[in-house]
Amino acid sequence: MAAKWQAPYTAFFAAVMPMSSSHLRRLEAESIDIFREAVAESERPVMLYSIGKDSSVLLHLARKAFHPARLPFPLLHVDTTWKFRAMYEMRDRLAREGRFELLVYRNPEAERLGINPIEHGSARHTDLWKTQGLKLALDHYRFDLAFGGARRDEEKSRAKERVFSFRTAQHGWDPKNQRPELWRLYNARKNPGESIRVFPLSNWTELDVWQYIRAENIEVVPLYFAANRPVVERDGALIMVDDARLPLHKGEQVQQRRVRFRTLGCYPLTGAIESDADTLDAIITEMEHAHTSERQGRIIDRDGGSSMERKKAEGYF
Amino acid sequence: MSTQTASTQSSDLLRFITCGSVDDGKSTLIGRLLHAAHALPDDQLSALADESRRFGTQGDQLDFALLVDGLSAEREQGITIDVAYRFFATARRKFIVADTPGHEQYTRNMATGASTADLAIILVDARKGVLTQTRRHSHLVSLLGIKQVVLAVNKLDLVDWSRERFEEIERDYREFAQRLDFEHIVAIPLSALHGDNIAQRSTHTSWHQGPSLLEHLETVAVATADTSGPLRLPVQWVCRPDLDFRGYAGRMLGGKARAGDAVRILPSGRQTRIARIVGFGGDLAEAARGDSVMLTLEDEIDASRGDVICAAAEPASVADQFETTLVWMDDAAMLPGRPYLIKLGATTVGASFSQPKYAIDVNNFDKLAARTLELNGIGVVNVSLDRAVPFDAYADNRDMGGFIVIDRYSNQTVGAGLIHFALRRSQNIHWQAVDVDKQARLRQNGHRPCVLWLTGLSGSGKSTIANIVERQLHALGVRTYLLDGDNIRHGLSKDLGFTDADRVENIRRVGEVARLMVDAGLVVLTAFISPFRSERALARSMVDDGEFLEIFVDTPLAVVEARDPKGLYRKARRGELSNFTGIDSPYEAPATPELHIDTTQQTPEQAASRIVDALFERGIVQRHT
Repeated sequence: MAAKWQAPYTAFFAAVMPMSSSHLRRLEAESIDIFREAVAESERPVMLYSIGKDSSVLLHLARKAFHPARLPFPLLHVDTTWKFRAMYEMRDRLAREGRFELLVYRNPEAERLGINPIEHGSARHTDLWKTQGLKLALDHYRFDLAFGGARRDEEKSRAKERVFSFRTAQHGWDPKNQRPELWRLYNARKNPGESIRVFPLSNWTELDVWQYIRAENIEVVPLYFAANRPVVERDGALIMVDDARLPLHKGEQVQQRRVRFRTLGCYPLTGAIESDADTLDAIITEMEHAHTSERQGRIIDRDGGSSMERKKAEGYF
Repeated sequence: MSTQTASTQSSDLLRFITCGSVDDGKSTLIGRLLHAAHALPDDQLSALADESRRFGTQGDQLDFALLVDGLSAEREQGITIDVAYRFFATARRKFIVADTPGHEQYTRNMATGASTADLAIILVDARKGVLTQTRRHSHLVSLLGIKQVVLAVNKLDLVDWSRERFEEIERDYREFAQRLDFEHIVAIPLSALHGDNIAQRSTHTSWHQGPSLLEHLETVAVATADTSGPLRLPVQWVCRPDLDFRGYAGRMLGGKARAGDAVRILPSGRQTRIARIVGFGGDLAEAARGDSVMLTLEDEIDASRGDVICAAAEPASVADQFETTLVWMDDAAMLPGRPYLIKLGATTVGASFSQPKYAIDVNNFDKLAARTLELNGIGVVNVSLDRAVPFDAYADNRDMGGFIVIDRYSNQTVGAGLIHFALRRSQNIHWQAVDVDKQARLRQNGHRPCVLWLTGLSGSGKSTIANIVERQLHALGVRTYLLDGDNIRHGLSKDLGFTDADRVENIRRVGEVARLMVDAGLVVLTAFISPFRSERALARSMVDDGEFLEIFVDTPLAVVEARDPKGLYRKARRGELSNFTGIDSPYEAPATPELHIDTTQQTPEQAASRIVDALFERGIVQRHT
């Protein structure tokens, strides 16, 4: 890379602004607006709950949007049976505390075939459990609108996703035939069988999410905070040995390393990063200096340049 | 007066849109900005390096355009086809960029990106200068209310950093932009490819005194909360967790709210006060434009979704007919008179459009005659709603005056509209229930009522024929009334002129009067030019099926001009009369009139007899009466 690529803005980089509260307040107001509009315009809404930090923020915003009423929709976790144990623990505890009505769906076919990321690879695992599982779940419960935590800053094809994203009766997404979204007017009309995916966090960045978590004191899975954890190094990624199902390859050694996760998914597919950030302040400071994107830890996104777009066209969230 | 959306009022955020023609280097520019602000993580940079080698057009260098063009189809075509949103931050500000396509068929995406932006970067290729596309984009951006513009003169390296060329382009642009509503234009010489004047001032353009692009974006003033106007809160969702609580949830589209403030609920007009602003952790003292709030009111008022809570002293207007600028975004052209839906605030309501008063040629601002609006067409159109709704002019409040148009069948968003003003104020009129009805009058009259709607050019013989018909019917004992163009113009419609809008309104009034008279049991004859199909269709829709006979009094323009009984055509040809039908205002001949009378083949008496015969044939009048 030529010298002219050198960053002219090093000073700014080091000091990426502590986002003012007015900025978070604006994002919050927009997300609440989206939640309310979607609920007013749909018959059977649901919120997809993945137990990650974005889901935690989404849930918090939803409760604010409808307070003092209860959440006017259930939470749906499309399970793969391979999430981190700490994720299941938090999900079940919050549901027990009565924070929300929880539905857990596991694709019966994936269950029957025993699909797993170890033997079947990330692509097949993700397709059957998550992509097909989500479609089956939405059909099973006849939901006509599903909230998701996707953000436009995550990935290139996400940047073009609408806030209200229309899906055909087959759950297909046609990126070239999206409804224009002007001002803050969302067109939620659809025919029977069709559905809408709604993304209240569209305009949030990863940094916004963490600053909001800090500002609002939102509980997240402890895996986001650095701690000594058992990991193996595999294909350049640090994979946490979360249970006995992860077979060790030849020469692999389980090591205790001080790591944390920027993003959470199925544990064999999610790379940890070495970090000392064990508080929200430390995470935010670390992020302000981060040189890699958050999805980099996700193994599923890496198969081919248009991987995410293809998955979305097939119905992945 | 504010044209800013609430979401952009805080100065720690700037939303902007980039517009340019294909190959102006727009995606490269955005990639450069992201890079300069360190919004590009290492893994994305290495993926970019990888893709630059595979798909890139810059040899071994990074092709920033690839970074921004997210969808695989467009990567292969080398063009951006949709609106993409990018995020980056510097120490001073946070930015959301709407990246929108440059080629003509995707104007709808540009309007989408512009609708939430505070500032537009208009990109020009230094070699090509101000193009048709540049003008089109600028006009669209201005139309959607953006006041701040950066004229980014790109690829200056390819014209040897010529100051003269830069200044020539700036001059051209400023001259053209005089006709637009911009408040502030800053021109910056750039090479996005090499990074000149993106973050730092370039040594190649030492003659340039102004800021680099990023410096300007970080410091340009954006609207603040004190320009937020009176309280506007559309009720989005009514919260009723139990019988004791009734909360009205919505986003503040204007003003401030405090407990105790007097408010008026539109469209009902009822007045009360704000009781509480309910927050998650306790009540709030105040809410401002842009906030999503939950209010309770002091009185039990039944407001529902779509109603607007307004400052009592400065309520919004309520109307069911507007003049608007319409941007059409669908492959199927806009059809005047066809039922659509519009969504305005939290209201979705049935709507139909008039024929465009004119279409706007965005290249030169000419007003063009148009029967419809095609994809990417922009025109001034009257919209008529199924019921009255609260609104503000778009120029006063973007969110209270901007609407989308939804196709009833495909559910697609097919257009976007900007309200200018109401065509008439709606009033609270309630229908009076009556005991003596149309059937009772019919029995007493001994004949059925109907409208005989004569349409045709001025001087075609409408009034002459109508007079003979009325005389014959009167002799038959039929109760009649003749509404004549000139007579109505001297009374009921004397406040109206001859613009298209006034013609629409004139015919609406005549239609209403005819409808009342049909209700009274009369055979109503009308003799109006009534040049527009949609208004004749409107008049037809006001009475029951079979009660409206459209009669086309067909005389060629050459013949009426030769007759010219009132000397009007001569005046119009001399330019003394404007908007004269047939000369400089269109006449839309009926496609399927109930009767077609060719006055070059029939005398007025023969024509009248045909009309009376038609009433016999249809059983409206019995022969023995």
